[in-house]
Amino acid sequence: MPSSMIRIEGLTKRYGMTEALKGLSFEVPRGQVVGFLGPNGAGKSTTMRILAGYLTPTAGKAFVGDVDVSADPVRARAMIGYLPENNPLYEEMMVFDFLHFIAEVRKIDPAQRDARIKSAAERCGLKDVIGKDIGQLSKGYRQRVGLAQAILHDPDLLILDEPTSGLDPNQIVEIRELIKDLGKEKTVILSTHVLSEVQSTCSRVLIINGGKLVADDSPENLPASGGEGAIHLVLGSRSGAAIDSAAASGVLKSVAGVTGVDVVEGEGHGTVGFKLRFGVEDPRRALFEVVVKNDWVILEVRRTQVSLEDTFRKLTGDKKAA
Amino acid sequence: MNTTLAIAKREFRTFFASPIAYIVLAVFLSLSGWLFFGPLFLAGQASLRGFFGLVPLLFVFIVPAITMRALAEERKSGTIELLLTFPIEDWEIVAGKFLASLGMIAVGLLFTLPYSISVAALTGPGPAFDWGAAFSGYLGLLLVAASFIALGLWGSAASRNQIVGFIIGLVLCIFFAFIDNFALLLPERLARIVEYVSVDFHFQNIARGVIDTRDLIFYATLIAIGLTLTTSTLSSARK
Repeated sequence: MPSSMIRIEGLTKRYGMTEALKGLSFEVPRGQVVGFLGPNGAGKSTTMRILAGYLTPTAGKAFVGDVDVSADPVRARAMIGYLPENNPLYEEMMVFDFLHFIAEVRKIDPAQRDARIKSAAERCGLKDVIGKDIGQLSKGYRQRVGLAQAILHDPDLLILDEPTSGLDPNQIVEIRELIKDLGKEKTVILSTHVLSEVQSTCSRVLIINGGKLVADDSPENLPASGGEGAIHLVLGSRSGAAIDSAAASGVLKSVAGVTGVDVVEGEGHGTVGFKLRFGVEDPRRALFEVVVKNDWVILEVRRTQVSLEDTFRKLTGDKKAA
Repeated sequence: MNTTLAIAKREFRTFFASPIAYIVLAVFLSLSGWLFFGPLFLAGQASLRGFFGLVPLLFVFIVPAITMRALAEERKSGTIELLLTFPIEDWEIVAGKFLASLGMIAVGLLFTLPYSISVAALTGPGPAFDWGAAFSGYLGLLLVAASFIALGLWGSAASRNQIVGFIIGLVLCIFFAFIDNFALLLPERLARIVEYVSVDFHFQNIARGVIDTRDLIFYATLIAIGLTLTTSTLSSARK
């Protein structure tokens, strides 16, 4: 048995003129819960659709276990549970009938069908609505039906495309708990916009942008992997006169180690706030010298945590401008 | 095979979950009954010939109405993404949809059996009612329906809009149903070819009670072509 559950090599997908994926490569070992992040149109859904066997790649390869999804799609798909984006379901069917249909097309042994349906429905909290039409269900229940159909055949790999989008906060917590629980025994890859979701459920984060991988780390390490820290700084002048924020930020930018300066709200009375970003070198000592030299006083200085949000924005936003 | 039947079963039940199936069946039964029995009493001849002449024409409209949602609706609602990620081949999906539609037509034809029984009961003394011709007529109707279904499914696969699917199916059915009407206008050799591709021409042979392999091969070919095109159009959604 190979150690990796997913292996993607130079995956490229073109829709007409637009290139959704540009040679994406990554590997996911068995048992990992991976969060797939990226802005809209980054290629998250395309990657997941190729893995799930819905789309065929233009170039490159995708393996589930040791099965090439393009060469032996039926065998690859049998190993996967897939919750598509927007969770399409047969509205006119009863929950039980729907799951029974899934059991049939997923070739679950007829003797085991009812037991499997029962356990998937219990696990996803569907017992009370098993006899209702899917069209009548709330969004939260629909999502659970989608998850139940994905786990029904006990797949090795779960591919969940935005499993919590459009749910209320309570439902989100419930679905996350369910995913965490499933992650104990299965490999899970889930896509999301919600960064806190990745921090709470995933052991690894992949960020893609413009069809390429831009970051790959644990959620704890990722903020630092941008190679940056930040400092919140509020300055006043010793004389009490107002500081020219543009000139001051120019001076601050020239301090060794500082990689970026944003002017933020000060405390009034001619004071100015700055948000400084810095790289590997800690600029605080050098900053102090500069402040003294310019006859300023430091009213506040504070190191701030770079959040996953900041990293996400930096990795997926700034690249476009560059 | 079981997965094909599972798709067919789900599709068949879906027909009856929406009012469309009932409307289509009601229209089919009332039109066929009305248009058949009127002239029957005027002619005073206990024969199903009128019925077998009429039903293929009704199928031209009824069959695309049955098949129009089969794949278009899956694409529109997004459930095609579920279908295409099941561990089954694309042709199994198409075969399932085909069987379900054929089942629906069979239900419609089942309800017309009382017509045959009434006509048989109306047969006066003398020549007996020809049950053999009735049987081969029904077989012919099923073959005509199956060919139209294969064409209609292709129409449905080509669009995510049911109405567009209906129109494509309708145009294809009209073409294969009426093309032999032009045979008279054409030179002999061309007329033969035109007759050969006509669904109606082959049906007339079978309805006469002659089950010829050439006619069966024609229908099998048309069905196979329709279903192959449907499958390749469905698979192109993966591109």
